[in-house]
Amino acid sequence: MAGTALLAASAGVTGSFAVLRRQSLQGDVVAHAALAGVAAAFLLGIRGPLGLLLGGAVAGWITLALASRLHQHTRLPLDAVQGGLMAVAFGLGLALLKHILTHVPDAGRHPLDRYLLGQAAQLRDADVQIIAAVTILSVLVVAAFWPQWKLLAFDPEYAAGLGLPVRLLELGLTTLTVTVVVIGLKAVGVVLMTALLVAPAVAARQWTDRLGMMVLLAGLFGALSGILGTLLAHYLGRHVSVPTGPTIVLCASGWVVVSLLAAWVRQESRRWIATRRSHHA
Amino acid sequence: MPELKLAPELELAGVLAVASAACALPGVFLVLRRMALVSDAIGHTLLFGIVVAFFVVGDLDSPFLLLGAALTGLATVVLVESLQCNRRMKADAAIGLVFPFLFALAVTLVSLGARNIHLDVDAVLVGQPEYAVLPRWHWGGTAIPPVVVLSGVAVLNLLLCLLFYKELKVTTFDPELARVLGYSPALMHYGLMAVVSVTAVAVFDAVGPVLVVGYFVLPAITGLLLSRRLSGVLSWAIGVGIIGSILGTLSAARWNANAAGSVAAALGLLLVLAFLLSPYRGWLVQLWRRRQQQRTLEEILLLVHLYQHEGTAAEATEAAVADLHQHLDWPDKRVAQVIARTLSRGYVQQDGNLLRLTPAGRQQAQQVYGNIHDLPRN
Repeated sequence: MAGTALLAASAGVTGSFAVLRRQSLQGDVVAHAALAGVAAAFLLGIRGPLGLLLGGAVAGWITLALASRLHQHTRLPLDAVQGGLMAVAFGLGLALLKHILTHVPDAGRHPLDRYLLGQAAQLRDADVQIIAAVTILSVLVVAAFWPQWKLLAFDPEYAAGLGLPVRLLELGLTTLTVTVVVIGLKAVGVVLMTALLVAPAVAARQWTDRLGMMVLLAGLFGALSGILGTLLAHYLGRHVSVPTGPTIVLCASGWVVVSLLAAWVRQESRRWIATRRSHHA
Repeated sequence: MPELKLAPELELAGVLAVASAACALPGVFLVLRRMALVSDAIGHTLLFGIVVAFFVVGDLDSPFLLLGAALTGLATVVLVESLQCNRRMKADAAIGLVFPFLFALAVTLVSLGARNIHLDVDAVLVGQPEYAVLPRWHWGGTAIPPVVVLSGVAVLNLLLCLLFYKELKVTTFDPELARVLGYSPALMHYGLMAVVSVTAVAVFDAVGPVLVVGYFVLPAITGLLLSRRLSGVLSWAIGVGIIGSILGTLSAARWNANAAGSVAAALGLLLVLAFLLSPYRGWLVQLWRRRQQQRTLEEILLLVHLYQHEGTAAEATEAAVADLHQHLDWPDKRVAQVIARTLSRGYVQQDGNLLRLTPAGRQQAQQVYGNIHDLPRN
């Protein structure tokens, strides 16, 4: 539970920047592309979870970098290039996976397909320690580059005009996203990692117009979704077996719905007060 | 009807080729409308539609599962668009919210209520082209293999594309003009989305949700690299899709890999090839063009240099072949190459150790002078 809460919190913090930069689906791309890296690392003889994750991170990072280069060279739409390359990497991963299952003798003992759906219940202490380390690291890094990344999120042209190394800063932000996503893969799986990046950030955005508040709230919403989702899966698990990843995502989506409703109520009540005032005047 | 016996790889290649051809046409319009990732979202939410339809119908072989899935595709689009009405939410965030939510809901529903049925989430995620050949749905007593549905969708897409070519073109490139002309951009938009949903449902079985986006997007962007005309892009997209499917399936059989995945990798390879070799904005062509420009510039610089000193007292030193490298500040080798090129073009001739302009060369230099007016000639 601590693992999923920490993971969702760090995803909320980094996801805030992705959402503001209109790159929400970066996480989705990385999560899928990572499969190719995990499979390739396995083929190279790596068996430790950290090494496999590193392979996944490298693959995700390369996919994003290639997509942005291709976009710059050809002026093809960035989302199309990202989607296309993601499919290529994922397809390669699938192809390698089947190859591994039939040709590598000890493949059966390493459930590589767990990286697709994720198994929060199977998180071991070592995994939680990795997640905790990454969470602390991501918070520290965000704090260290706060003014630069804030500017990058809202006005990249101005940032470039000030002489900031925009490409390098973007690279740093991308690397952070890749790290968080890849760490989360094993816990919640490919599809649901996207939700953990996007949902808390969108929910937080409904409550505030300040970046600091938004990042804090996103982290908080993420952590709460992680806790509630894990509890829900555990509670339901007495009757039927429910995977933890989806319940966490459902909780995160619940936060979005509540936040959207709250924003709507606030807006309507403000309008109502305004019309009342104009009647009295 | 005689039983058609094909090698299993060829049969697979055929299924995937039809799938990619069916996806290529709507894919081009998705990419041009900056909606490529909508196909990703639809690919994932189909599972939700299938699960809900299963709970309603209670039969895994019912064609209503297809209908449910297609409706979910449309519902996804509507949901994404209504979320975008919120000014604090952009398109990418809306997509990133909707499809994991529906996907998570589907997975939870499966594990809550459908434990004893065969709805293997892993198999659904990965896609099994091998299954697409087997008869699966029953309609009025006859078994329909998915590949028949797939071919039907491919033909339907081609017909719709031909029929509404003009409307699709105008609404994609200039929605304002389309509205003035009396075409409804909204109608075309939802029509396209319906086509994308139905196509995604048809190919879903064969390729799985993740590769759906590849089948829609990869042939389309490869086509965009290879042609500037919409009709050209569409034809290339279909061709690339078919070639990639065959290439991918055959290499999958060779290396014992997953066929749908190999096809995605093959499509990626074709994209890279197109990027390198495309005749009008490929990387190699651009490299070559830049080189040509540099060569032309060098020749012009030499001609202008000779023209400036033509008939002056300094000509004996300025136009001497042996000294040119000093005046132009080029390495000896480049001077020799440029002289050789201008000689062969007939712009200069060698007169003893001096280089002199021919009338044609003089004309070239004068042209440059005409463009840069008021340059003093000494």
